[in-house]
Amino acid sequence: MTGSAMIITGATGDWEVVIGLEVHAQVLSAAKLFSGAATSFGAAPNQQVSLVDAAMPGMLPVINKHCVAQAVRTGLGINAKINLVSVFDRKNYFYADLPQGYQISQFTQPIVGEGEIEILLADGSSKSIGIERLHLEQDAGKLMHDQHPAKSVVDLNRSGVALMEIVSKPDLRSPEEAGAYVTKLRSIMRYLQTCDGNMEQGSLRADANVSVRRPGDPLGTRCEIKNVNSIKFLMQAIDYEARRQVELIEDGGSVDQETRLFDANSGTTRTMRSKEDAHDYRYFPDPDLLPLVITPEQVAAIKADLPELPDVKKARLVTDYGVSEIDATILTEERETARFYEIASHGRDGKLVANWLISELFGLLNKAGRSLADSPVLPENLGGLIDLISDGTISGRIAKDVFAEMFESGEEAAAIVDAKGLKQVSDSAAIEPLINAVIAANADKLAEYKAGKDKLFGFFVGQVMKQSGGKANPQMVNQLLRQKLDA
Amino acid sequence: MSLDKATVSHIAKLARIKLADDRQDVLADELNSILGWVEQLSAVDTGDTPPLANVTGHDLPEREDVVNDGDIAARVLANAPDPIDAFFAVPKVIE
Repeated sequence: MTGSAMIITGATGDWEVVIGLEVHAQVLSAAKLFSGAATSFGAAPNQQVSLVDAAMPGMLPVINKHCVAQAVRTGLGINAKINLVSVFDRKNYFYADLPQGYQISQFTQPIVGEGEIEILLADGSSKSIGIERLHLEQDAGKLMHDQHPAKSVVDLNRSGVALMEIVSKPDLRSPEEAGAYVTKLRSIMRYLQTCDGNMEQGSLRADANVSVRRPGDPLGTRCEIKNVNSIKFLMQAIDYEARRQVELIEDGGSVDQETRLFDANSGTTRTMRSKEDAHDYRYFPDPDLLPLVITPEQVAAIKADLPELPDVKKARLVTDYGVSEIDATILTEERETARFYEIASHGRDGKLVANWLISELFGLLNKAGRSLADSPVLPENLGGLIDLISDGTISGRIAKDVFAEMFESGEEAAAIVDAKGLKQVSDSAAIEPLINAVIAANADKLAEYKAGKDKLFGFFVGQVMKQSGGKANPQMVNQLLRQKLDA
Repeated sequence: MSLDKATVSHIAKLARIKLADDRQDVLADELNSILGWVEQLSAVDTGDTPPLANVTGHDLPEREDVVNDGDIAARVLANAPDPIDAFFAVPKVIE
């Protein structure tokens, strides 16, 4: 048990929160799972719909083999068992966004079995979270309710798009752990290029099963919160739901197993009305689809093609570049960040580059509302700036100004330093006159210093640096001032 | 296995089939006789027989990940009783 478990202290004692997550991840593919219609986001209504997706009578599903490979790839990325034989089933229910009247899914024999991933928590500890299974299924269409006063309208563009449903074991114990789990899963799938992880566009959504119990007791009755589309909301929903359950039980009630919806405006969850019969899905094997068989050779080929994943990359950055665990985690969460870092730090001081990337560049990008992908500072140019700092051409202080200028103009550091004459002055013959002038102008301060007021040393350093326009080498100034003042 | 009237009513509801009360007993009898007929299969000892899902000798046909369908909104909507713009329209269903 780590220190990140959420304990709710109720009127009658402590309660532990138990969470399992079902993550729906849209498979990155050009075409849908069983048809040749496109999957891209934002098309005109019903434009990316084939007669298969619209469930016209007589249409037959034909599986997209790339989607199968993507599921296997994801399975390998979460250290899971790949099932060489899996079966597609029909999950039957009626809803306006489901023209078939059933969803093609995998029930008893999913394509991927048990696995696990490591999550990193805020206190620096890590925890292993079990994964129960990953299966392939079709997405439903999209219902909209605000286009007409009495009607809901249906767009089937999403209908039939391939999803991976990834089910965790009930190993999560707090909103923080749930958030860290989704973050890690998203990071892995982005590295693998199997899901773009874009939660705003709905390509990653989570259902949370939440229950509470006395520490050490068997599992309590759970509620399922459906379709939460951001990590922040997921954490809020779990927090609210756990407290609601504790309050309910302590008031003498009991938790009903039910499906609930999270309302982002109020931060609360509420019962979903129409789902009372929904759990009677009458699964059966889809007679239109033979069992899905993959060979060990196909799995081996996909495995051989896997990129370096975040955990391995993180360990390598710590060993090869000497960056801290926490910095390495930040640098490896996104593949693009790690790529940027490795170019910028090639042959340079890895820690220094990490500092500049994380505090300075991320800071400016945040302020400008931009992402690393459209950073005006290229990785090579950040590297160039680090070179100028490392070889003493510019001071750290000046480097910040140069960097701000680089961010504005996209120019290289060396060009800016040359054009503005910002080279650090390390020539004692150039610094000494400045020191003499400062001392001459501050005879009173000099007397105080001589009388024992040591703190004034900093004042003299500051004055000399100011006189030099920030360009004097601070170590040299220190050294030369000591010689003069303490002479 | 035997279905009672309540189960028949439940199945009808799930299938969205309207079933008059006096039809439920009749249907329960009919469904039970179908189930009984199928249940004869359980007399066969299949302890050593692997499950069979495919007698055709074919493998699952596959497609490449290529967009070669869609852009037929008019055909997709051709049977829709009451479309709004290029959307299907249904009685309001909101949670």
